[in-house]
Amino acid sequence: MPTPPDPELQNIDVRIDFEIVAENISDRVKVLDVGCGDGSLLKNLVDTKKVKARGIEIDEENVLACVNKGLSVLQGDIDEGLNEFYKDNSFDYVMALRTVQVIWNPKKSIDEMLRIGQKVIISFPNFAHFRIRFGLLFKGRMPKNRLLPYEWYNTPNIHLLTINDFFKFCRDNGITIERRYFLPGLTRRKSLLARIWPNLFAHYGLFIISR
Amino acid sequence: MSEESSPGTEYTPLVETQYVTFGSEQEPFELRCGKSLPGITIAYETWGDPKNKDRAILVLHALTGDAHAAGYHAEDINEALAKGREPKPGWWDPMIGPGKPFDTDKFFVICSNVLGGCKGSTGPSSINPETGRPWGSAFPFISIKDMVNAQVKLIDHLGIDNLFCVAGGSMGGMQALRWAVDHPHRVRSAIPIATTARHSAQNIAFYEVGRHAIISDPAFMGGDYYGTEGPRRGLAMARMMAHITYMSEKSLHEKFARRIQDPIRNEQADPVSSQDNASLAARESGRRGTGLPQFQVNSYLHHQGSTFVDRFDANSYIVVTRALDYFDLGADFDDDLGSAFVDTQAEFLVISFSSDWHYPPRDSKNLVNAMRANDIDVTYSDITADWGHDSFLVKEVINGKLGFLVKSFLDNLDKELADADTP
Repeated sequence: MPTPPDPELQNIDVRIDFEIVAENISDRVKVLDVGCGDGSLLKNLVDTKKVKARGIEIDEENVLACVNKGLSVLQGDIDEGLNEFYKDNSFDYVMALRTVQVIWNPKKSIDEMLRIGQKVIISFPNFAHFRIRFGLLFKGRMPKNRLLPYEWYNTPNIHLLTINDFFKFCRDNGITIERRYFLPGLTRRKSLLARIWPNLFAHYGLFIISR
Repeated sequence: MSEESSPGTEYTPLVETQYVTFGSEQEPFELRCGKSLPGITIAYETWGDPKNKDRAILVLHALTGDAHAAGYHAEDINEALAKGREPKPGWWDPMIGPGKPFDTDKFFVICSNVLGGCKGSTGPSSINPETGRPWGSAFPFISIKDMVNAQVKLIDHLGIDNLFCVAGGSMGGMQALRWAVDHPHRVRSAIPIATTARHSAQNIAFYEVGRHAIISDPAFMGGDYYGTEGPRRGLAMARMMAHITYMSEKSLHEKFARRIQDPIRNEQADPVSSQDNASLAARESGRRGTGLPQFQVNSYLHHQGSTFVDRFDANSYIVVTRALDYFDLGADFDDDLGSAFVDTQAEFLVISFSSDWHYPPRDSKNLVNAMRANDIDVTYSDITADWGHDSFLVKEVINGKLGFLVKSFLDNLDKELADADTP
């Protein structure tokens, strides 16, 4: 069994994700949040966009927090929680924010998300950010930062990827990238450098994809 | 000081079991098996304000439960105090009451004894009006659906159109599911806890051993044992075995490990009279017969068995465990569990317990997956708890995550409904 994702990572500063998601979805759409953490983002979407919200979350305490917010959430592992029971295109959006890197089988799960949802919103920390590269180059140690706060021996992040990796993944698998956001940090949205060289200067990537 | 306070103020609320009869020989109560009963009596209790008809919660009990889910019976208080013991409240008392998860300040809570049971509702030990004697072996097969149909009569009788919530653990969970599926427009929400859509072969096998223990007891006499002592050994044995399946290996270990019962203490502490068959058997096999020391876990199980026979009827045990075995929510829907929920409008809170091996978490996950596939608003939590299947009755669990989940779920639903009501 994989180590459950640290709730801290799940819950830190979801404002920027919320902003971008809220800009992109219409009112009253049906949303499945995969790895929804304590439900902060989902609850925000319910309150502001009146979305029909569903969540999947592995951590028991987070599930309690979601129920307390009145959200409909299933406690479970993403690897088994996304399954054949969900009908094709049964959601307008499936979101997996800061989640893909902890999944056992990201390819299988992303395929499932694309089957279940019309569109998929995915975000992840970029492992090719220049600070991470420098850290590895000069310190010779596995990188640590706010988005990757773990030691090698306790990290839940088992499938680290870069923005270029994700581009290639989409190309190889016939996935259309509808929108992309390259974020220089968790609080700042705009950066010229991150726009020009995302793989080097974006800390964080958020993509809206479909098939 | 406790000596000065009267029982009535210290043990609240005081409740009384009520009884209501539906149908008659002319208008029998039809059963799923095709037979019928010439009128049925249902025993029930209520808590909270009966005027809260749009906030009525039906609590559903498990195999050996009864209508007395919360509060105290005056006769129990007097009896316990006379023996110098602490009076015991109903079986789900920490869940039901003012400020508790089923908050009686907000909700009107109802619990009834199941059809086929032996705690006041019509069952095999009731009198068959055709013969003037207890039904015994002639009592028909009862299904979970029949139990629910009897509850529908009760709810109608209480003047309630729609239930705000149906909730229960184990067999109570099966009834909650049945309610939501069979009466989709009358159920606003359902909380099935530690339950399953149908028994596994293993579940059926365990209950069959229990029934066999009863039936093969010579005192069972084909089921028509009323007026005699009845199959006490068989029933005690059935209970002992079933009880093991309700506990986890860990909870048994923590409670008893391999500790040995102190023989002298055991003699004094034994609460059952020495005439009792089951406890006699325990003594023979445990100590005197072999001369070996008795494990604490053995004496605990013997105690469970011998106290059970004083409060439960063997025929009811057979009838109700058969209802469990034959319950199959997907059976009416070509074995496709998902389509059972097509018409369902209720919101669900499904709860399992990590250490439950009687109805393990995967049973709940199957349910939840089928619900989600049909776009049902469902929340599922697998609570980490070490007490096995019986976790839903354990105070620590209720005062912890179980109570929190139920309270949050109902409070949010209550708010939603209140918002919808405001013009």
